[in-house]
Amino acid sequence: MNFSDLFDKTTDLSMDSVPHSQIVVSSRVRLARNLHQKPFPGWAKKSERITLMEEMKSAVEALPEMALAFSERMENLSLLEKQVLVERYLISCEHAQKSFGSALVMNTHQTLSVMINEEDHLRMQAILPGFQLKEAFSMIAKIDTALEERLAFAFHPKLGYLTACPSNVGTGMRVSAMLHLPGLVLFEYMNKIINAVHKMGFVVRGLHGEGTDAMGNLFQISNQTTLGEKEEDIIQRLHVVIEQIIQHESNARVILLKQKSEELEDHVGRTYGILCHAYSITTKEALNLLSLIKLGIDLSLFPADVSHDVNALLIEVQPAHLQKRAQLLKTTTKIRDSLRAKLIRTKFKNLPKPLLR
Amino acid sequence: MFCDVCNTKEATIFLTQMTHGHIKKVNLCASCSKAQGVDDPLSFALTDLLSGLEANDKIAHSSLSCPVCGFSQSDFKKRGRLGCSACYDIFIEGLSVMLPNLHRGIVHTGKVPIKIAQAYARASQLEELQKSLAHAISKEHYEHAAHYRDLLEELKKNPPDNLEKKVSPRQKKIDSPIPSKADDLLL
Repeated sequence: MNFSDLFDKTTDLSMDSVPHSQIVVSSRVRLARNLHQKPFPGWAKKSERITLMEEMKSAVEALPEMALAFSERMENLSLLEKQVLVERYLISCEHAQKSFGSALVMNTHQTLSVMINEEDHLRMQAILPGFQLKEAFSMIAKIDTALEERLAFAFHPKLGYLTACPSNVGTGMRVSAMLHLPGLVLFEYMNKIINAVHKMGFVVRGLHGEGTDAMGNLFQISNQTTLGEKEEDIIQRLHVVIEQIIQHESNARVILLKQKSEELEDHVGRTYGILCHAYSITTKEALNLLSLIKLGIDLSLFPADVSHDVNALLIEVQPAHLQKRAQLLKTTTKIRDSLRAKLIRTKFKNLPKPLLR
Repeated sequence: MFCDVCNTKEATIFLTQMTHGHIKKVNLCASCSKAQGVDDPLSFALTDLLSGLEANDKIAHSSLSCPVCGFSQSDFKKRGRLGCSACYDIFIEGLSVMLPNLHRGIVHTGKVPIKIAQAYARASQLEELQKSLAHAISKEHYEHAAHYRDLLEELKKNPPDNLEKKVSPRQKKIDSPIPSKADDLLL
C-alpha cells in the first residue's frame, strides 16, 4: 500500500452506525513498549536507532494484522504526508517530526498503527469510530501479545512496562476518546466538566492532544496515570466518566430543543448560510461551524442523516488534507482558506437544507 | 521568596492543590508560571510540576550514571526522560519520590508478558517446594522430604519448557515454551 492509496481511502473513522457515535467521535488505546536494556529512541545514537528500527519494523510487518500494510521509514515521507497522518490521528505530532531511525506500520483499515522509535521504541494504537474503548483495547492487546513472542520487552516486576518517561510506566497505556460536546459548550458547562474529570485523574485536551486548542467543540479525554491499576480497571473508570459526560451532553441537547429551539434554529440556519456562501474560511471557523451542523443533524433539524459527509469534512478541511488534495507543494494560509471554502461550498450543494420553521 | 522553578526571580504566584489527601504548594514567578501553563487550566497540572521538581532535586544530588547506556542524573534533569530500561534500577531512589505523585499506585498490577509470567510461576514453584521440603524435614517426615527433594532437583535440572508435564498440571494450557534465558528477563 502506498501513500496515495492510503490518502484516497477514507478512514474507518468517518463511518457511522456505531455505539454513541453522535457524541463519541472516536475511541483510541495506545500502548508504549520498549526493548529490554536498549537505549530509548531519544537517547540512542542514530546508528543504534536505525538497527533497532529495522528489527522492530520487520517484527511488526510479520503480524497477520499487518498483511498488505502501509509500512514506511519516516525519512521517506514528506512533511505534508506526515501532517496528513497527524490529522487522521494515525501518528502523533512528535512522530511527525521524526526522520532517520523512525518508522510507521499501519493496517489497511487505518485502525491499527505502530509508531516505531517515537518517544518509546514502540507506540502502538488502535483507533475505532464511536464509543468502543474495550474493543480498541482488545485489538491492540492482541498485537502486543503477538509482538512479545518476537521482541524482548523491558518489564520490571514492580514497575511493569518501562517507558522513556516515568509518567507512562506500568501499563504504558493511554486510553482516550474524542467527544463532540456542543451542548455543554453552549451552556458554558465545560470548565466544570474539565475540573471534575481532572479530579478523577483524567485529562481533557483539544483536538490534537497536548497543548492544542479545543476547536469544533471537540475534546479528547484520557487517563493520566498508568501505574497501580489494571488496564481493564483504567478503561472501566474512563468508560463510566464518559457515560456520564454523554448523559450531560444529551440533557443539554434536550434543554436546547425544548427551551431554546428558536435560538438553535437561528444558529443552525445562519451556519448553513455561511458554509454555503463563504469564499474564505479558516480551519478554526470551519470546524466550529461544522460542529453546529453536526449538532443540527443529531437533533433531526435536517431531513436526512448526512453526518457521514459532515464527519468526513471535519478531517478534509484540515490544512494538510486540503493541500494534499489540491496537489500543491507550497501554499499560503490565504490560498488554503479559499480552497477550504470552495470544498465546503461544493459539498454543501449536495446536502439537504435544514428543515426550519 | 524566590520562584521554585528558576530560583532567580521573585515568586508572585502561589499555588496550592490537594491530591490524594496531601496539600502541595508551589511558588512561581510570572514567566515560569506562563511557561508551565498555569494560566491554562486545560493543560496545567500542579502535580506534574511538583513531581518534576522533587525528583529533579533528589536525582541531582546523586552522582550515578547508568552502566548500560551511560545516562546520568543531569541528563534526566535536562530531558525529563530516561536513557534505557536499566536506568529505572539505577535511578530508583529519585523515581520512588516521583512515581507516587504521577500515578495512583506504585506497583504494577496489570498485564505481564507471558514469558515473564511463566518465569515467575517457575520461581514461585521452586520457593514452594523448598518450603515444603524444609517443613517435612522439621517434622521428620523423611519420606515426604525425599519426594520434595526429587521434585526440586527435577525442576532445577529440567529446561523450563518441560516443566509443566512434570510438576504443574495447571500450566498445561500455556503452549509457548519458556526460554532458558527467562531469568535474564527479570531485572
